[in-house]
Amino acid sequence: MKASITLRVDGEQRSLTLDTRTTLLDALREHLGVTAAKKGCDHGQCGACTVLLDGRRVTTCLSLAVACDGTSVTTAEGLAPGGTLHPLQQAFLEQDALQCGYCTPGQICSALGMLDEAQAGHPSFVTEGLAAPAELSDEEIRERMSGNLCRCGAYVNIVAAIRQAIAERATP
Amino acid sequence: MTPFAYERATDASSAVARVAAHPNAVFLGGGTNLVDHMKLGIAHPQLLVDVTRLPFSKIESLPDGGIRVGAGVRNSDLAADRTVRERYPVLSQALLGGASGQLRNLATTAGNLLQRTRCAYFQDVTVPCNKRTPGSGCSAIDGHNRDHAILGASDQCVAVHPSDMAVALAALDATVVVLGRQGERRISAVDFHRLPGDAAQRDSMLEHGELIVAVELPALPVAAHSVYYKVRDRASYAFALVSVAAALEVRSGRVHDVRIAFGGVAHKPWRARRAEAALRGAPATEEVYGRAADAELADAKVLKHNAFKIPLARNTLRMVLRQLAQGGR
Repeated sequence: MKASITLRVDGEQRSLTLDTRTTLLDALREHLGVTAAKKGCDHGQCGACTVLLDGRRVTTCLSLAVACDGTSVTTAEGLAPGGTLHPLQQAFLEQDALQCGYCTPGQICSALGMLDEAQAGHPSFVTEGLAAPAELSDEEIRERMSGNLCRCGAYVNIVAAIRQAIAERATP
Repeated sequence: MTPFAYERATDASSAVARVAAHPNAVFLGGGTNLVDHMKLGIAHPQLLVDVTRLPFSKIESLPDGGIRVGAGVRNSDLAADRTVRERYPVLSQALLGGASGQLRNLATTAGNLLQRTRCAYFQDVTVPCNKRTPGSGCSAIDGHNRDHAILGASDQCVAVHPSDMAVALAALDATVVVLGRQGERRISAVDFHRLPGDAAQRDSMLEHGELIVAVELPALPVAAHSVYYKVRDRASYAFALVSVAAALEVRSGRVHDVRIAFGGVAHKPWRARRAEAALRGAPATEEVYGRAADAELADAKVLKHNAFKIPLARNTLRMVLRQLAQGGR
């Protein structure tokens, strides 16, 4: 069965007609040619398909595209309009936070969403007393990023890249 | 995936009427479990009624001092809510202990309650499973059953309920508010999920076509001093082997009030009423904590690979009570 939807993808309005079974991830990759979101497990377990949906980080493999009609999607590609890298993307390069790079777009979108959550005062499972964390320790970063797997094991440098981005945010 | 029609609900009553009238219709919330099941071939709905844009995304105060959580409130928003953090910390912690940041941004309160077991045999359509295909048998009873139930299981099913949030709700005396064709009814969170018995395919007391519209938490002073402790194979992003949701108030060295529920041990969140009874009025001591745990676990039955859950549950409960009594949460 078919459905027609409109999505705003990386700042551009896109209309498409697709099978209701199509996930948001497949709509992006197969219908719109936006391949920044990666298909890893396709079961919500690896985080490679993470984007910002109306500003919040989500996996896209378990969302039906038809249910996302009218939403705004930002992929890692949309963070670098005109090729100018987002500070977090630059930090991933400078900290060597990847090997094969397949999980990287998801890591970066997840990290951005995570930083906004922390800024809004959201606690994590490791936050003492459920208070708003004053600063993100490595333990906090690791807990908050646990939904993004990296089979190359670049975690140490991913944490370093996120720390760099936090430091740059604090000192503009 | 089986083809399906998609409709976006504009009001709750017509959504209920629509699903109730169609035996193969289901409600769509965050989709994080349902869509996965559709991919795996576990669920084959022909009609999806999307309820995510219904006005059920608020957390409101109730006149009696409790709160009402809309069914569509996302897990991340519920966990971060200031009132929940202050007055029901066990609920915030349980939510934050579940899934990942991305999934918590999608998953809803109602959907969290209705998520299904992660029993590997249930999720593998090539093997028998009474929960997935009634009457086909249970592959877990004589299979790899390290993750499975030690309390309340039947010879039909030994699966455990996967939700962390539901364990906290069971401890907090929460109520699930459900809308059906005949109007609303209220089910206590403790009774919302069921034991497998001879109908393992039924996870909860919800009837086809009934829609969860809210979860209500009572004003519960003891809940301000509560904790969720989750034991799992990884430090993060894993289901519980055993978890404990507990609230405790000690006055003059004696247990004044207490609430306890276990996760990871049964087909439903396991409210530990025997342990609570053993604790209430008793001295807040290690010996009493141990006796309370023993009372609750007296009927535990182990399978080939999950005997470790009895001492794990016992020790976790004792540790949690000790920490709560010492003032930590």
